[in-house]
Amino acid sequence: MLNSEKITKTLLFLASLIIILLASGMMFTLINGSIPVFKEFGINFIFSTKWNPTEEKEVYGALPFIAGTIITSIIAILICFPLAFSTSLFIGEYYRGRGLAKIIGTMVDMLAGIPSIVYGLWGFYVLRPLIVDLGFNSQGYGIFTAGLILAIMIIPYATSITSEMIMMVSNDLKEAGYSLGATRKDVILKIIIPNARSGIFSSYILAFGRALGETMAVTMLIGNTNVIPKSIFDTGNTMASVIANQFGEADGLKLSALIAIALLLFVITGLINGTGKLLIRKFS
Amino acid sequence: MISLIIKTKKHLKGINIRILKNQIFAGVVFVFSFITISPIVLIIYKLISKGYKQINLAFFTDIAPNTYEAMIALGNGETIPGGILNGITGTLIMVTMASIVAIPIGLLIGIFLYENNTKWYANIVRDITDILQGVPSIVLGLISYFWVVKSITHGFSALAGSTALGIMMLPLIIRSTEETLKMIPETIKEAGLALGVPYHKIILRVLIPTGFSGLLTGILLAISRIIGETAPLMLTALGSMGVNYNIGKPTSAVPLLIWEFYNDPNMVDLIWSSSLILMIFVLILNLISKHLIAKKNN
Repeated sequence: MLNSEKITKTLLFLASLIIILLASGMMFTLINGSIPVFKEFGINFIFSTKWNPTEEKEVYGALPFIAGTIITSIIAILICFPLAFSTSLFIGEYYRGRGLAKIIGTMVDMLAGIPSIVYGLWGFYVLRPLIVDLGFNSQGYGIFTAGLILAIMIIPYATSITSEMIMMVSNDLKEAGYSLGATRKDVILKIIIPNARSGIFSSYILAFGRALGETMAVTMLIGNTNVIPKSIFDTGNTMASVIANQFGEADGLKLSALIAIALLLFVITGLINGTGKLLIRKFS
Repeated sequence: MISLIIKTKKHLKGINIRILKNQIFAGVVFVFSFITISPIVLIIYKLISKGYKQINLAFFTDIAPNTYEAMIALGNGETIPGGILNGITGTLIMVTMASIVAIPIGLLIGIFLYENNTKWYANIVRDITDILQGVPSIVLGLISYFWVVKSITHGFSALAGSTALGIMMLPLIIRSTEETLKMIPETIKEAGLALGVPYHKIILRVLIPTGFSGLLTGILLAISRIIGETAPLMLTALGSMGVNYNIGKPTSAVPLLIWEFYNDPNMVDLIWSSSLILMIFVLILNLISKHLIAKKNN
């Protein structure tokens, strides 16, 4: 009897080691692979804007891609916020528990199920012509188009956590507000938001983390140029899209540069997600 | 008296403005919510309206056409022949292999976290799981490229693709398992322990059956998440023209086919029907899990 218990516990413990091994193995592979490029360019790799794979004159710098990643994700969050927050209020407050909220909630969840490449296709054939028609730029590719599709992609992540946080605000507080003659708008702005503030904030951090690593849809819409974009309608590249784009023909120092970009992406998303999860755990 | 009436009127005006503001606020919320759900309607409409023509039995039983065949069909104004059989079999093989490894390990680690709830080591495992869950899929593809393509199969392969998908699946299963087990009343477990049931039997006969629908939901959602992944497969499985059952060789998948069709002007018409099939797969998995969740909550 005692023996079988020990075996079970050991088995569970051994399984848990797999996740540790996996994570450390991933870190090792990424660090190991990026050593050549850091040896060649040092810390400048992160801050240099030059990306030139021509032989003999090879120079690699990750800044254009870091900038592209962060700018597209910020555009995505800015567009996503009013939409996702309104939808969360719709689901968690205005139509809470009613059929309409369930339908809207299911539809928002369906957004999370759409594969990245399908978003890319839709963005390419529907959003891009729209951007051209509106006269923002002639080709329709660019940082803004990529940010717009990212905004749609992260809406479900922001909405589901935010609406949960809104529903967690205690009814007593809300009723106290109403009994003082507050309108629903007052209750939302003065009671629900201040109370659910940190939870809402962390849900957008997690959504931001999602946007950082999205690959296919961004690759199809961003225009894939290796320079720092000068305006939001310029073309650019993100860290994920440059890996997807250039990995096929990469070897030697260029391969190492792409691995180093993957390492940076790994670290940045890890930090952002870690912060988000920490905040959520602390406040819920 | 008159001054009182004026005062009341002023007061009422203030109330009216507040009510008006309240209504405007609600209006904005409703309009934005409507905008939020419009993409899903528009995307599904686009997929169906553009994709349904191409879908017939041959679409599931034939392999993808080559550029030349597609070009001739386009020239004659016919629908493009062929289907996505090589994609469907590739997706099935890779998702199955990923599941076979990731589901049992994920369940074990999930149970481990549940059992050691607040111990420091369990907290570390949980944090690492959370971090892994946020790792972009393209990075997982890159990792699998070095672990499998470079070292084991010495070439692009289904094994490499399923490794990337399996690593992606693992944290999803772990967290859903732990969350599900947390919902099971402690008393059921204690009743078993009080009867002297050995620990592994508690897991197999009490925890897993009681949480079965929750565990299944987590598994289905994880599968629906990886089934549409394209980026990691581009770096690992690469794609192939024909049906391939050798896990050591390059293999196609439905999302990879969509990517190939998209890049080939002759076959671009096939993207909508293939995307529609992929969406139907994902939606069915999602609907089943939604149904399971609803059933559990009743």
